[in-house]
Amino acid sequence: MELLTFVTAGSVDDGKSTLIGRLLHDTGSIPDDQIEAVARSSARMGFDETNLALLTDGLRAEREQGITIDVAHRYFSTPRRSFIIADAPGHEQYTRNMVCGASVSDLGLLLVDARTGLTEQTRRHAFLLSLLGVPHLLVAVNKMDLVGHSRETFEEVAAEVSEFMTRMRVPDLTFIPISALNGDNVVSPSERMDWYGGGTVLHHLETVHIRSDRNLVDARFPVQYVLRPRSDEHHDYRAYAGQVAGGVFRPGDEVMVLPSGMTSAVASVDGPDGPLEQAFAPMSVALRLTDDLDVSRGDLICRPGNRPEPLQDIDAMICWMDGSRVAPRAKLRLKHTGRDVRAQLSEIVYRVDVNTLHRAEAGSLGANDIARVRLRTAQPIMCDDYARNRTTGSFILIDPDTKRTVAGGMVNPSRR
Amino acid sequence: MPAHDLQISHLEVLESQAVHVIRETAGTLGRPALLFSGGKDSTVLAHLARRAFWPAPVPFPAVHVDTGHNFPEVIEFRDAFLGRLGMRLITVSLPDMIRDGRLTEPPGAVGRNRLQAGALLQAVEEHGFDALLGGARRDEEKARAKERVFSLRDEFGQWEPRDQRPELWSNYNTALVEGHSLRVFPLSNWTEADVWSYIERHDVELPPLYYAHDRKVFARDGMFFADNPFVPPGDGEEPRRMRVRFRTVGDMLSTGAIESAATTPAEVLREMAESRLSERGATRADDRFSEAAMEERKREGYF
Repeated sequence: MELLTFVTAGSVDDGKSTLIGRLLHDTGSIPDDQIEAVARSSARMGFDETNLALLTDGLRAEREQGITIDVAHRYFSTPRRSFIIADAPGHEQYTRNMVCGASVSDLGLLLVDARTGLTEQTRRHAFLLSLLGVPHLLVAVNKMDLVGHSRETFEEVAAEVSEFMTRMRVPDLTFIPISALNGDNVVSPSERMDWYGGGTVLHHLETVHIRSDRNLVDARFPVQYVLRPRSDEHHDYRAYAGQVAGGVFRPGDEVMVLPSGMTSAVASVDGPDGPLEQAFAPMSVALRLTDDLDVSRGDLICRPGNRPEPLQDIDAMICWMDGSRVAPRAKLRLKHTGRDVRAQLSEIVYRVDVNTLHRAEAGSLGANDIARVRLRTAQPIMCDDYARNRTTGSFILIDPDTKRTVAGGMVNPSRR
Repeated sequence: MPAHDLQISHLEVLESQAVHVIRETAGTLGRPALLFSGGKDSTVLAHLARRAFWPAPVPFPAVHVDTGHNFPEVIEFRDAFLGRLGMRLITVSLPDMIRDGRLTEPPGAVGRNRLQAGALLQAVEEHGFDALLGGARRDEEKARAKERVFSLRDEFGQWEPRDQRPELWSNYNTALVEGHSLRVFPLSNWTEADVWSYIERHDVELPPLYYAHDRKVFARDGMFFADNPFVPPGDGEEPRRMRVRFRTVGDMLSTGAIESAATTPAEVLREMAESRLSERGATRADDRFSEAAMEERKREGYF
């Protein structure tokens, strides 16, 4: 069985909670005690029927208690796939949460209200999904029951969103007309929209092709931990543990260790049950090399003929996530794979207005700002362009004093 | 090599992610420890830790917060299992701490789970732990659904849901200011079914409580409590012998059993697929205190 992680997006009123509740409910993923609790809450709040939106809300209770709404993770599975939902709140002040959810997702599920079409918020979310390189975008045109299940309305909304998407990088775009409230085209096909010949939301989630999304070409192995048992049985054992970030590693492969540039070959690829024939993303394994090199956490193992350029001047798009403001010359720490280096913000090239997508000059950045910047690091980092590899092409920025995570960044974003 | 061969199952993806998190903890923090209760989640976690560092030993100890109300089978299992993994065990004993006045037991409480927070914090201080790995899962409870994989705690052990660190990609910030510590949850993205599937696949040993056995129990609040020295049955709560198993293993005072005939992981999985009750809703009295029981305890420093 495969795992698919998706992030939900769309404005608060577009029916996101109802859709998630509907997906969970109609796939039989909600235990009775939880359904009963929701039914009780619904009655207490004066709803005639069980309000499925309440299923996902702890969120709502949290709002009552004045706690900031945050990414919640929910889980369900069908015989075909296991799903992780990164349920990100819609509001602009939570842009950073959308960014977090999108960073780990295979697919973005964007809700659009059939009555209003593309709104500022939809634009912003589509932009963030594209910026974070989410490979698949599913646009669910919701509230079809409120527009008479009209094919024309659906097609108008779809055309409007498609037109907007041509301005950004979205490799795979699908539209489905739904009513989350009534469950039309969510898990079961709708009888009220027989003009729609496509699959349901669940069918799309179950079948969208994600195997080609990983980079299986450029071999990348960030060293996370060095294994040295020093036991009698494994006296001379020395292996480099990590999670493959790209490509395939097999015994006999010639490899190069960066930043030193020393070369060797893979002696064995070790899993916990013994040697493996190969390892590829996202497997966590250990590599043994044929030569006794000095390799440590933060190094990168790749191929001599296919290696990232060690960089100290980095062109990146960042999302500033902290309440503090940041201006050029700020001192930061940059964590890239297992490498943690000092860095300085050299330049803010421009800030992106996430609502209009316009570029603006900016002397400083604040919470939820997205900006193109240049960073200078104290030691080189071995990174790829984000579009080629989401692991080696990304980094986080940490405030050296407070240790807070202040930003997430993507290296050499190709557009915007 | 055709691309379809380069595929691992969802359970292997979850394992790889968990191993990454465990190694990241060991690779970046000075004094981590693994919280071990003998329950299925922490047992799977310890098993994963063994695999993460194989053939080298696990580079951190296990910590068991002993409420004094444990099932004897769990204590026996704990010692044997950790011994086989070669992990050092540190026991934090609530009875000892109550006896010497480091903890005060509130009157009339159900179980001592609520006291565990205080005991844990004292242990953190005493041993200087900067990170505690735990087997908590986000699917357990709605407050957990929002928790980070690396979850920051302040000098009072408090979780602040308003101010969590953003988590992007699998790039985790483990940097700490003086006095702060981390709770690390490698099984965040696992569900109860994933844990059982993993137990089945890897033949992970568990305390026998998890499988159907005959035991004297009495019914209370729709749960079956083990007849035990700490909870006297009330009026009309006549203990009787039943075939039961436990879905979670906590304190004897707050953990209920369910009727079951499942004696293997596969049978447990089948039974779960048919069950219409959530794990905590069915058998954990301590989460029934209030709507936000778990969240409140987490704010106090509980896992």
